[in-house]
Amino acid sequence: MPTAETMHRAAPGANEPASVPARSAASPISLDQVSHDYGTRLALDHLSFDVRPAEIFGLLGPNGSGKTTLFRILSTLMVPTGGHAYISGYDVATHPTQARQQTGIVFQASSLDVKLTVAENLMHQGHLYGLSGRELQTRSKEVLARVGLSDRAGDLAETLSGGQKRRVELAKGLIHSPSVLLLDEPSTGLDPGARIDLWHYLRLLRDEQGVTVLVTTHLMEEAEHCDRLAFLNTGRLVALGSPAELKAQIGGDIVQFDTASPEAAQQLAAALEQRFRVTPVIVENAVRVEREQGHRFLTEVVEAFPGAVEGVSVAKPSLEDVFIQRTGHRFWMDDPAATKPAKERH
Amino acid sequence: MATIAAPVRNAVSTVRTPGLWTPAYSLWRRELVRFYRQKARVVGVIASPLLFWVVLGSGFANTFRTHGAAGADDSHYLSFFFPGAIVMIVLFTAIFSMMSLIQDRNEGFLLSVLAAPISRSSIVLGKVLGGATLAAIQGWIFLVFSPLAGVHADVGGILYSLLVIALTSFSLTALGFIIAWPMDSTQAFHAVINLILIPLWLMSGALFPVSGASGWLRWLMLLNPLTYGVDALRNGLFPAQPTTFSPEVNLAVTLGFCAVVFLGSWAVVNRRTNKPAA
Repeated sequence: MPTAETMHRAAPGANEPASVPARSAASPISLDQVSHDYGTRLALDHLSFDVRPAEIFGLLGPNGSGKTTLFRILSTLMVPTGGHAYISGYDVATHPTQARQQTGIVFQASSLDVKLTVAENLMHQGHLYGLSGRELQTRSKEVLARVGLSDRAGDLAETLSGGQKRRVELAKGLIHSPSVLLLDEPSTGLDPGARIDLWHYLRLLRDEQGVTVLVTTHLMEEAEHCDRLAFLNTGRLVALGSPAELKAQIGGDIVQFDTASPEAAQQLAAALEQRFRVTPVIVENAVRVEREQGHRFLTEVVEAFPGAVEGVSVAKPSLEDVFIQRTGHRFWMDDPAATKPAKERH
Repeated sequence: MATIAAPVRNAVSTVRTPGLWTPAYSLWRRELVRFYRQKARVVGVIASPLLFWVVLGSGFANTFRTHGAAGADDSHYLSFFFPGAIVMIVLFTAIFSMMSLIQDRNEGFLLSVLAAPISRSSIVLGKVLGGATLAAIQGWIFLVFSPLAGVHADVGGILYSLLVIALTSFSLTALGFIIAWPMDSTQAFHAVINLILIPLWLMSGALFPVSGASGWLRWLMLLNPLTYGVDALRNGLFPAQPTTFSPEVNLAVTLGFCAVVFLGSWAVVNRRTNKPAA
């Protein structure tokens, strides 16, 4: 039920002041204790962080981590139940119109009208952002050239491939030269070549036009492309930093010992803790330990506990290891039905 | 078009407030372009009311004659049914164009419109005017068959009919908008069509006159705003025949209906809540 306060916020653009003092003008996207309660479930739990100008910022989390909710709030499609989210200093709940003018959005679902041509789709989008006439024509040609689809301008959108459609979506999002670009799972349904293209365009935007890009993703390898990352888990921020920083926080290597059962893993973990003064993490049947000189440690353990270990591996820490270290569970464990990246590539 | 003073880091950023009309025009134009690019829709919407009119009208005409309406010729019921057929074509087109609203929502097109810095009123205006334009054009085209229906109208009557068709198109499209806006499945929309919109037409005096009904049915027909639209078309197209209400009453109720449903569609679209918008 919308409360009186919500209704007040819900008032359409008419009573917004034309110009408002910008809060923390330095931050293109700023979250201050943002919470969202769907009534039955707390989707976002007092989330606070700032995105820096001209960086590619990744919002990484498993399904149900709250990233879609946050995306809806940032794209002004939903008002958060608590806290404030700002785009270029404008509160998205109270000044949605100003926030929208600053923002280009590429939704996960295709927003193209397939019965219109590529150019018509862009013209339409331009009209929604106050562009018209010759200026819009010029702008439309520019963005289409930028995504390399100038020769398809007159074709119906339904004749494009999946990757080309996503590029038109990107062009649509850029038509009004936004300073902030939000992309929800932009690689979904794209083949590897189209993914590489997409990231190439995002970097161009960042480097040449100083656009701040926020990307939500559930793909670890995609997160590696980001300048900085926020890990979300059950609506909370569990880690924030560049991929390198996050991985560096894990000392040395990740050593994993596979055992016969979760109970055996428990026993092994307890034994390791006692003998080597380490803090092991149990993930199902496996025990994971971060340790300098992983190879040497591995040999020591196998010699010390013969028979307890069924398999071993040593690896440099990955972003998934960061996630496991911060949450104590695997990235995909919360939602077994979730589409895993491996299955997604048809 | 005012430019807003805003903290813009990006030098090329084009920060504008689009007015009410540019986005509305764009949405309106899209409805029309989509319509004529789907040829089956064009054919279906013209052909099906014609078929209904000829088949139903001829069938009923014969039935009435066998039941002793002596002297009534075949064309009499076809004439009676003609205004009803026009309202039906308008209703069909309005329904179909508002079904596209549900499609827009499911496909994600609507998301990009909702996230744009436009007033929600632009969305209603564009979408409803788009659907209404299509419906009105269909209704007007159907007037071509009036000689076959034995219409003897003067210029004033024809103009009056054109206006009534336009107003009815607008109100039925706006009504469709109110129903379709909160929906996410076309199946549910079909249920509402059968439950509300078709009965609205059946009880509008399209098939049988208000004077022929009695009791509760008569009351329902008198409460049905569409009754006045159908009756208004009779005023315009068959000025010689007596109608249930005067042209002034009919036009006033039709205008009132327009205003009410448009305000209704404006109200549903302007809600913004903690729930997902789409």
